Amino acid sequence: MKAFKITTAAAAFALMANASFAATEISWWHAMGGALGDTVNQLAEDFNASQSDYKITPVFKGTYEEALTAGIAAFRAGEQPNVLQVFDAGAATVIGAKGATVPVQDLLVDNGADFDINDYISGVRYFYADSDGKMIGMPFNSSSPIMYYNVQALEKAGVTAPKTWEEFQTVTAPALKDAGYTALSQSHLPWIFTENFMSRHDLPFATNDNGYEGAEGTKILVNNDAIKNHFTAVTDWQKNGYFEWFGTGWGDNQTPFEEGKVAIWLGSSGSFGGLAKKGLPFDFSATYLPYWEAVTTEPKQTFIGGASLFAMAGKSPEENKATAAFFEFLTKPETQYFWHQETGYVPITEAAYEMAKADGHYDRAPAAETGILQLSLPAGENTKGYRMGFYVQIRDVMNREYGRILTGETSVEDAFANIEEEANGLLARFAKTQN
Amino acid sequence: MKRAGFTTRWLPILLLLPQLLIIAVFFYWPAVHAVQSSFFLQDPFGFGSSFVGLDNYRDLAGSGEYIKIARFTLLFTVLVTFFSLGLALLLAVKADNVIRGARSYRTLLMWVYAVAPPVAGFIGLLMFNQSWGPLTEMARAIGWDFKLGVNFNDTATAMVIVSVWKQVPVNFIFFLSGLQSIPKSVREAALIDNRSAVGRFWDVTFPLLAPTGFFLLIINITYALFDTFGIIDTLVKGEPGNNPMTLVYKVYVDGFRGNDLGGSSAQSVVLMVLVLALTVFQFRLIERRIHYT
Repeated sequence: MKAFKITTAAAAFALMANASFAATEISWWHAMGGALGDTVNQLAEDFNASQSDYKITPVFKGTYEEALTAGIAAFRAGEQPNVLQVFDAGAATVIGAKGATVPVQDLLVDNGADFDINDYISGVRYFYADSDGKMIGMPFNSSSPIMYYNVQALEKAGVTAPKTWEEFQTVTAPALKDAGYTALSQSHLPWIFTENFMSRHDLPFATNDNGYEGAEGTKILVNNDAIKNHFTAVTDWQKNGYFEWFGTGWGDNQTPFEEGKVAIWLGSSGSFGGLAKKGLPFDFSATYLPYWEAVTTEPKQTFIGGASLFAMAGKSPEENKATAAFFEFLTKPETQYFWHQETGYVPITEAAYEMAKADGHYDRAPAAETGILQLSLPAGENTKGYRMGFYVQIRDVMNREYGRILTGETSVEDAFANIEEEANGLLARFAKTQN
Repeated sequence: MKRAGFTTRWLPILLLLPQLLIIAVFFYWPAVHAVQSSFFLQDPFGFGSSFVGLDNYRDLAGSGEYIKIARFTLLFTVLVTFFSLGLALLLAVKADNVIRGARSYRTLLMWVYAVAPPVAGFIGLLMFNQSWGPLTEMARAIGWDFKLGVNFNDTATAMVIVSVWKQVPVNFIFFLSGLQSIPKSVREAALIDNRSAVGRFWDVTFPLLAPTGFFLLIINITYALFDTFGIIDTLVKGEPGNNPMTLVYKVYVDGFRGNDLGGSSAQSVVLMVLVLALTVFQFRLIERRIHYT
C-alpha cells in the first residue's frame, strides 16, 4: 500500500513536471532536399538537443517555388509555419507583404538577443533588408555563383583560370579547345549571366535603387549594351565550340563538367560540398566569376543567392520567442561553420568565417573560401541586391529568351527588347497588387 | 412505353442532393472564385488587391507568348489525339484477329495503362537523356541531333511521343471491347459482300465502332489538354525556359510558380470557356452523325 502511494505521487509529480516544462513547439518549412535536407534535419536536432524549452520540426516542402507557394497558401488559411524558407527570387513577394512576417531584426531585439547587422558579412547583410537597412529575413543558405574548373584540363591546355572574359576568349578557351575540351558551361543564365553580371560590373539592375524603394514605378534596366555584348560574345563562343548550353535545367549543365567533357563550369558556391563528396576523377578548384575589362576595371562583389528564413506573423509571443532562440542558434559561429563545411554555403557572419579560417578549413580546401571571398570583395552602388516583384516569372521570361538566343531562334537585340517589355509589364502588374 | 415516375416531388431532389452538393462545392464554387479573382490583381498573401476590370484578359490577348502557347496547345492536342486513337485502333484490329495467345498479347498491350503521367514523363526523361538515352542515340543514328530540353521541336516531339505512348493502352482497351461487341453475324454477312479486308473495315467495322470512337475522341482531347500536365512538368523539369508548354501548364506556371493569382485566374476562365465550347461543338455537330445500335 505504501509502495503504491509513492508510485502515484511520483507519477503525479512527473506529470506536473511535464506540464510545467513542456517545450514550445515550432515548425520550419524548407526546400532543402537530398543531402542538404539531411543537414537541415541535423541542425534541427542539434537545436532541440541544445536546450529543453523549445522544439523545432523541419518539414521539406519541395522546390523553392513550391515551398513559397505552400507557405502563402498556409498563411491565407491561418495555418502558416513559424519559419518559412524563401529564396532570392521570392524576396520581393514576401517582403512586400507587410504583415506576413515579423522582421527578424525586430524579432531578435524584442526577445533580448544581441543584434548588430555589421556582424554579418557585407555581401549578405542587405539582400533581405528593407530600404532603411532593417533586416527582414535571416540569411540562411547563402551562396554566390563562382567559377569551378578542372585542374588537370587547364594544366593539359597550359592555361590558368581566366580572370577576365577577354582572357577567356583569347587565351583560355582556344587552348582548352585544342586540348579536346569544351571550355565552358553554366547552370543558371538569369542568376549568373544577368543578376550577378550586374553586380560584378556594378551596373544598376532596376530603377528605384534596384527596386528597394518600392514596387511603384520600378523598371528593369536589363536592356543595356554591356550585357547585350556579353550575350553576343556567348553566342560567338558557342559557334566556336568554346561554350555549350545544355538547356534550362541546372543538372544538365553540371553533368558534362563532372564527366570531364567541359573544363570550366559556372555554378553555385553551394555546389562545393556536393562536388567534393562525388569523388570526381579529376581535381577541381574554384575562383571568382570573370568580368569584362572593357566594362569595368574595378570588378565588385556579387549578390548572394540561395534563400533566407522568415518568421511568419500571427504567432503567439512564446512561439516567437522560440523562433528567436532558433535564429540565435543558427547564427552562432559553431552552427554556421558546421553548415558551411557540410554544404559549401557561405558562413553568414564574420565570426563564423574567422572560426573556419582559424580551424584551417581553407588550408585543407582552398576553393571552399571562394564564395565568401567573392562576397567580401569591394561593394559598389548597385551590389547590395535587387528587389523586384513577380521575379520568378521575370526569370522564366529570361530563361525563355536566352534559350531562344542559344538555339538561334531569336537575336540578342530582340531577346533583350522582349525581356525588358515583359518584365516591365510584370513589374507594373506587381505594383498594383501592393495597394 | 410506360413511364416510371416519382409520386412526390421532394424525393428525387433529395436523392440528387449529394451529387448536386459535390458539384457545387468542388466545381461551381471554385469556378465562381476564379472568375471573380480574374478581375483583380492581388497580393499573394492576401493583403492588397486592386480591381483591374478586364485588364488581365487584355494582357492575355495582347501577349504574343500566350498566343504562341495556345497555338502549340492546339497542335499538340491534334497530334496526341490523332496518334493515340490511330495507333490504338490499328493495334486493336490486329489483336482482335489473333487467336493463339490472345490473352497475353492483350495484357502486354494494356500494361502501360497503369503508369501515372509523371512516371511516364520520368521514363521519357530516361529514354531521351541528353548523353545516354537510347532514343536519343537512335535519333543520332539517323542523323538527328536530338536535344531534349534544349531544342524546342525536339522537346515537343518527346512530349507527343510520351503522351501518345501513355494513352494508347486506354484507347486500345475500349477499341478492343468495341470490336468484340460487333455481332459475328454482321461480320459474316460482310465477308460475303466484300472480299477486301480493308474495304470491310471502312464500310462495316468502322461505322459500328463510331460510338466508341466518339467517346474516345472526347476523352483523348481532354487528356491532351489537361492530363498531360504531369508529363510536361517532368519533361521540362519544372523549368519551362524555352521549351514548349500547354495552356494548362501555363496556368500552373503563372499561378503556382509565379504567384500571379489574377493573371492565372483569367487564364483558367479562358480554358473553361474553351472546354465548354468544345463540348457543345462535339455534341451538337459530331454526335448527330453517329449511329448507336
